[in-house]
Amino acid sequence: MPDERIQRVSMPKWGLSMTTGKIIEWFVSEGDTLAKGDDVVEIDTDKIAGTLESPVSGLVRRLVAEVGDELPIGAVLAVVAPAEVPDADIDTVVEEAKAAAAAGELDVPDEPVPQLVEVDGRQISYLTMTPDEPSGDPVVLVHGFGGDKNSWLFVQQPLAEERTVHALDLPGHGASAKDVGDGTLTMLAETVVGFFDALGIERAHLVGHSLGGAVSAAVAKAAPGRVASLTLLAPAGYTPDADAEYLRGFAAASSRRELKPLLGRLFADPALVTRQLVDDLLRYKRLDGVDKALSVLLPTLLDGDRQAIDTPALLDGVDVPVTVVWGAADAVLPPPDGVGERVQAGHMLHMEAANDVVRVLRSSL
Amino acid sequence: MARSITYREAINEAIAQEMARDERVIVMGEDNVGGTGAPGEMDAWGGVLGVTKGLWGKFPDRVMDTPISESAFVGAAIGAATGGLRPVVELMFIDFLGVCFDQIFNQAAKFRYMFGGKAVTPVVVRTMWGAGLRAAAQHSQSLLPWVTHVPGLKVAAPSNPYDAKGLLIQAIRDDDPVIFAEHKMLYDVAGEVPEESYTIPFGEANVVREGGDVTIVAIGRMVNTALEAATELASSGVEAEVIDPRTTSPLDLDTIIESVENTGRLVVVDESNPRCSLASDIAGLIAQEAFGALRGPIQMVTGPHTPVPFADSLEDLFIPDAARITGAVKTAVDWKK
Amino acid sequence: MTGTLTQKPSTELTPDALLDAYRVMRTIRDFEERVHEEFASGDIPGFVHLYAGEEASAAGICAHLTDRDAIASTHRGHGHCIAKGVDIQGMMAEIYGRATGSCRGKGGSMHIADLSKGMLGANGIVGGGPPLICGRALASKIKGDGGVAVAFFGDGASNQGTTLESLNLASIWNLPAIFVAENNGYAEATSSTWSVATDDIADRAAAFGMPGVIVDGFDFFAVHEAAGEAVARAREGGGPTLIEVKFTRYFGHFEGDQQLYRADEVRHARENLDCLKVFRARVTAADQLTDAQLDQIDAEVATAVDASVVAAKAAPRPDPGDLLTDVYVSY
Repeated sequence: MPDERIQRVSMPKWGLSMTTGKIIEWFVSEGDTLAKGDDVVEIDTDKIAGTLESPVSGLVRRLVAEVGDELPIGAVLAVVAPAEVPDADIDTVVEEAKAAAAAGELDVPDEPVPQLVEVDGRQISYLTMTPDEPSGDPVVLVHGFGGDKNSWLFVQQPLAEERTVHALDLPGHGASAKDVGDGTLTMLAETVVGFFDALGIERAHLVGHSLGGAVSAAVAKAAPGRVASLTLLAPAGYTPDADAEYLRGFAAASSRRELKPLLGRLFADPALVTRQLVDDLLRYKRLDGVDKALSVLLPTLLDGDRQAIDTPALLDGVDVPVTVVWGAADAVLPPPDGVGERVQAGHMLHMEAANDVVRVLRSSL
Repeated sequence: MARSITYREAINEAIAQEMARDERVIVMGEDNVGGTGAPGEMDAWGGVLGVTKGLWGKFPDRVMDTPISESAFVGAAIGAATGGLRPVVELMFIDFLGVCFDQIFNQAAKFRYMFGGKAVTPVVVRTMWGAGLRAAAQHSQSLLPWVTHVPGLKVAAPSNPYDAKGLLIQAIRDDDPVIFAEHKMLYDVAGEVPEESYTIPFGEANVVREGGDVTIVAIGRMVNTALEAATELASSGVEAEVIDPRTTSPLDLDTIIESVENTGRLVVVDESNPRCSLASDIAGLIAQEAFGALRGPIQMVTGPHTPVPFADSLEDLFIPDAARITGAVKTAVDWKK
Repeated sequence: MTGTLTQKPSTELTPDALLDAYRVMRTIRDFEERVHEEFASGDIPGFVHLYAGEEASAAGICAHLTDRDAIASTHRGHGHCIAKGVDIQGMMAEIYGRATGSCRGKGGSMHIADLSKGMLGANGIVGGGPPLICGRALASKIKGDGGVAVAFFGDGASNQGTTLESLNLASIWNLPAIFVAENNGYAEATSSTWSVATDDIADRAAAFGMPGVIVDGFDFFAVHEAAGEAVARAREGGGPTLIEVKFTRYFGHFEGDQQLYRADEVRHARENLDCLKVFRARVTAADQLTDAQLDQIDAEVATAVDASVVAAKAAPRPDPGDLLTDVYVSY
């Protein structure tokens, strides 16, 4: 007879490839009172480390996992229950949870699977997460240069608690077709609009990162009626400044040795560049057609050593609410003064300060 | 993008995708189709362990069976390579090198050099290696040292499906003769492999596991055995770095040196016989290039100086296991002058 | 020694073709005689194996071939190289191990090659050529370019497994290949009458499902005619042929060979059977060419061969850095 007062904090699934997580640091202790949204524990997914925010409120009765433990998705990490629940009952829950983890019988949420849709003759890969009863316009997440839909691993799930959220791979990226045509902003924007059409999306909130931000702005300019709002994360095109050496180096890098130091520039904390992160990017770069795609796209971003896009000019006169967020320590596209909010992160703010970004998104959507 | 397929399927897919992309790619070998001239079905085998199954159906003019005459058909593949095709020829078992080695090491390997830089011989020789199938002495050897030794040849020996597909596509696109060694015990191992074509450069080792206490270099099937040992070692507080060279020629010595400079200890695992093995080769190179970083002698874990025995109990003793690797690591870690 | 001296008149070849054939044979002869002299002086490194006496075989067969056709040769490869159009300046420099050689000094006499002319190289491995030729023939067949591939090999190689396997493979795959067994009576110091189990190497053709023919290797026209049939058969998709050419080599197995295993056959051949003499006699008797025309060629060739030696001796050795180059296309 399960006691519904007993709540569990379980190992989340961040991103498609995560199978286990390692406990790095607890931010709460047994006996603390937890509020929903509080930082609970830092988890290393092998790809990147993230902070789990509490899905529940209550009294922390037991921390089941210890620092250093590596546990599968769905494994119980902590037990939260009112003080009146007897210790013996908590013990039972913990024993059952440990046994379940050991036996591999875990309560894992249904995994969304990436889909393919044809847009303008190209296969576009996308991942959709949706709650049972979605409210409001859906959200479409657009990644940046060299990225893919998996970079939204900390953002898509939380947003999808209330809304339908689609994350797509732009042409030349992820699992989408690698042909990028002329690689212009127009081409990319048309692809996003085509994606809307293919999925029957009349209007959506666009959230774009880096180049994806400029693409989102271009979509808003071209089809303002289709865009409910724009949230631009470290978007391209706000200043002429850029770490051109990084962008060119990323496009040209063909080995781990070349790539790893470059990727450090993406984060305020370079230690976030794990071997898995580098490996995943290397695997992407080695797919047929990627080198060509990136070299065609690069001049869209860069004109010599300066940014080629002017995003504010694109948005001039466009009647769509815009929110801009920067990582304060962004070394790749340095944030301009006086524009938008700042969070504590480098260029990859949606990975490095994901919870802050989610908070901003929840209020801007 | 990633789905799970087996090492066997990854190899098949690599060949099929390259054949679709480049009409110069041809496939030949004993029973690579199976059924030629016979009253029953064609593609009856698709290779003795089914690796090339289905290719003849897709490319009937470019996939062919050969008689059992390795000198002639391996030589023919090499000759055809000089004539503008990109053959993928199968030497069924690396143990059969003896009946065709001249064409490989005296002809293909030497054309470019002997002819003053004017020959291009883009042939891939796919071959099975390794013990564990109870196939006994003449079908279980790990003769990679023989081909690694020869200038003019490149040698790739993938340990997992992702590497198998990428290295084989790389091999087919490579303009030099490549020996592509498939460990026969890995064919059923599954792993994530992108559907798209991709390459992995030769001469790039893969750091499969990071760790600061000891460097374990392992090749082919031994990579998984080394990872087993590493998990075991971790529970006693020893963190092993496991490096898979992926290609023995060219060899990514730099990655091994970098690791040894960090850990100070090296264990090399190679299931071949010990004399003039990959283990002794890598050990010798590291002893020369990184002596100052070493805190103790390099440990080599290899098969014994015997042919591979038939009896399952004896073959299991032949093949290095995780226990032998952890033993070698302990020796390395505990070593004091 | 058996032989079938044919008296067929040389009516099929034009005067220009006849001049070319003579030029090829004369070039081979002078080249080899000169190398024989120079080798004795000690300037040429390593091994050389001379083709003098056998010219009609290379000339008669290669007359039917173009650059898109491939040939593989043996350690006794100078004749095949010259007949296939390889430049003698490059060849002589290669024999001297100089940087200007066909193989930049990296191959030597036994590995002279010119892939642009379809010459897959002299080969230091007995029987090394036939499998490669199966491959070139296969490539031509698959590409549909109408090319044929010719494997020259000796009586020694006719016993090598690679050769026999190649005969079988060419037959079952119906390849446009021609196998030329140049039987000069000796595999190194061992007589072919002893080492070859059958009376003739051509007897092996039937065992591998292809036509076999024996020709007198001193008679350019006999070789030319047999080769013409074999090449036509191959080009038309009729499969491979084995041609056994019987003759004698004028020099030893290698230069330096005392040839104690031989009797007096070379003198007899030079005086009575020599292919250049036979050719001259026949074309002049049939009024197809004049002695003056042939003498002219003799003079031109002598000059060219001499020039190649002068140039080779003056050429630099390869750069020390060349030791490490061209092992791979990229590594």
